[in-house]
Amino acid sequence: MLVNDLERQNSDIVAWLDKYGRDRSALLPVLQEIQKKYSCVSNQAMQVVADHLGIHPVEVYSVVSFYAFLDDKPKGKNVIRLCRTISCDMQGKAHIARQLENDLGIGFGETSPDGQFTLEWANCIGMCDQGPALMVNDRVYTSVTPSMVDEILEPCRKSCGVYALASKEEGQA
Amino acid sequence: MIAPKNRGPMSYDTVKAEAGLTAALAKTPAEVVATLTESGLKGRGGAGFPTGLKWKFAAESQGQDKYVICNADEGEPGTFKDRFLLTDYAGLVMDGMTAGGWAIGAKHGIIYLRGEYTYMCAHLEALLQARRDKQLLGKNVGGHQGFDFDIEIRMGSGAYVCGEETALIESLEGQRGEPRNRPPFPVDTGFMDKPSIVNNVETFAYVACILVKGADWFKKTGTAKSTGLKIFSVSGDCERPGVYEFPMGITVADLLSAVGGSDAKAVQIGGASGYCAPAAEFNRTIAYEDIATGGSIIVFGQNRDMLKVAKNFLEFFVEESCGQCTPCRDGNPKLLEGVELLEKGRCSTKYLSELCSLGETMQLASKCGLGQTSANAFLSIVKHFGPDVMARTPHCAGHRKS
Ligand SMILES: Cc1cc2nc3c(=O)[nH]c(=O)nc-3n(C[C@H](O)[C@H](O)[C@H](O)COP(=O)(O)O)c2cc1C
Ligand code: SF4
Ligand code: FES
Repeated sequence: MLVNDLERQNSDIVAWLDKYGRDRSALLPVLQEIQKKYSCVSNQAMQVVADHLGIHPVEVYSVVSFYAFLDDKPKGKNVIRLCRTISCDMQGKAHIARQLENDLGIGFGETSPDGQFTLEWANCIGMCDQGPALMVNDRVYTSVTPSMVDEILEPCRKSCGVYALASKEEGQA
Repeated sequence: MIAPKNRGPMSYDTVKAEAGLTAALAKTPAEVVATLTESGLKGRGGAGFPTGLKWKFAAESQGQDKYVICNADEGEPGTFKDRFLLTDYAGLVMDGMTAGGWAIGAKHGIIYLRGEYTYMCAHLEALLQARRDKQLLGKNVGGHQGFDFDIEIRMGSGAYVCGEETALIESLEGQRGEPRNRPPFPVDTGFMDKPSIVNNVETFAYVACILVKGADWFKKTGTAKSTGLKIFSVSGDCERPGVYEFPMGITVADLLSAVGGSDAKAVQIGGASGYCAPAAEFNRTIAYEDIATGGSIIVFGQNRDMLKVAKNFLEFFVEESCGQCTPCRDGNPKLLEGVELLEKGRCSTKYLSELCSLGETMQLASKCGLGQTSANAFLSIVKHFGPDVMARTPHCAGHRKS
């Protein structure tokens, strides 16, 4: 991170602490904000939060490491979570998993080299009557078929600016 | 917002939002508690503790600051009824929570919403704001001088165990979601060590219905020990998966026929932590005194390989165990390894019986409900589905495609 980025993150953290309060119970909401904006809770961020709350950074780390939605390593801009629990499993999640791997070129637990996509498993996301279900960040998609996978990824690619490049290449070919 | 595939009629359709709160405020706090006790309502989150009694304990606890906490962490595999209630009947849930504030003398309400449901936040915030504008939240709620109550939403971050009420409180306090020893119970030492009631989303919605329609209305359905109605989330191999309201004490067979799943091989009642009932037990009832459930019903058709089901559930628990106590942290991976041996057809009868006694030890020795129930599905599947479980070869009946 550039110094400027660090400063920006620090001032964001202070603003969130002002919003949620400076006691321990504000920790999770603040970490959630950091994760959302910066795609991870870095060591630096943990140190800043710890200093403001007057706790040891290891305390913050122990919380970050506990929760599946908090990470100390950067995640992709679009985190794709496919439900692997039994009802979705019975409705064909394995096919969706394969198509996601094919279309993203990464496996589960991996982040694409351009930092745009992370592919992960989720446990039941509460859409069991209409599986297979997956989430892209906060959005839910249900009754997903392999042919829908590309449609789901397309808006993410666009929002990342990858689209412009890729379609230009296709146009030239 | 995504609607369920199918939904049955519900008593919630006959109760208007806000009516539950009006009814509560027309009673004294003690009368609210007495009405709930009279109705026999038990917690709809799974454990089935009598709601009236829980509220009575909290009302009697000393102290100024008390909390009403709505458990919307819904993480049990196969459960989606709380999501549905929060989209379609959130007004009733908020009425129930506010009635809780009135009954126990709390000023603060918290909805602990699972991280996966972040997309619901804006809708819920808008409803809360509308209630503040109508003075149904905030200062002097409903015009009652001195009754101040507001509700805030706090998000989870992807941990199933945080649905356990003491882990939920730890999480709210900014800690790892590790369950506490009980006692002390949240009704006297809850959030920030203050008296707190933690109830399921559906419990609060029924509180609103009971306050409007009366305890007798609720009691007239269900069984003596499990009064009233219950919301079920149905998924798996049936014609009409979705969300339904049925009376407590319904037989498994009747439920299956209502959702078009009568030819099932087995039904998982209560999600991953629940009981797997074979067809021979479809005459049993779903009630606290027989097979209890938080509402998850997963139907397995004739070609399902039940060992794969057990494996899927164990993978879930291995990942979701908080790791605090040994029976659960080490037991679940041992059972999963055992399932992998069974899958290969390489498990002796003696080792299988050792796995089963390990499962029973976990039920007894684990610290919280997660470890106490995580072996249930494995044990019931081993017991009822021998041909799927034992002596598998690549060609045997157990190795059906799933
Ligand atoms: C591992 C585990 C997960 C749980 N998850 C939930 C949940 O998601 N929602 C819920 O209401 N109760 C859940 N419970 C039950 C709660 O601990 C608690 O009993 C319940 O919230 C009390 O509310 P009720 O009396 O209205 O049912 C869970 C329990 C355990 C052991
Ligand atoms: S039983 Fe499992 S989840 Fe519960 S406290 Fe022990 S390790 Fe944690
Ligand atoms: S099993 Fe996939 S959403 Fe519930």
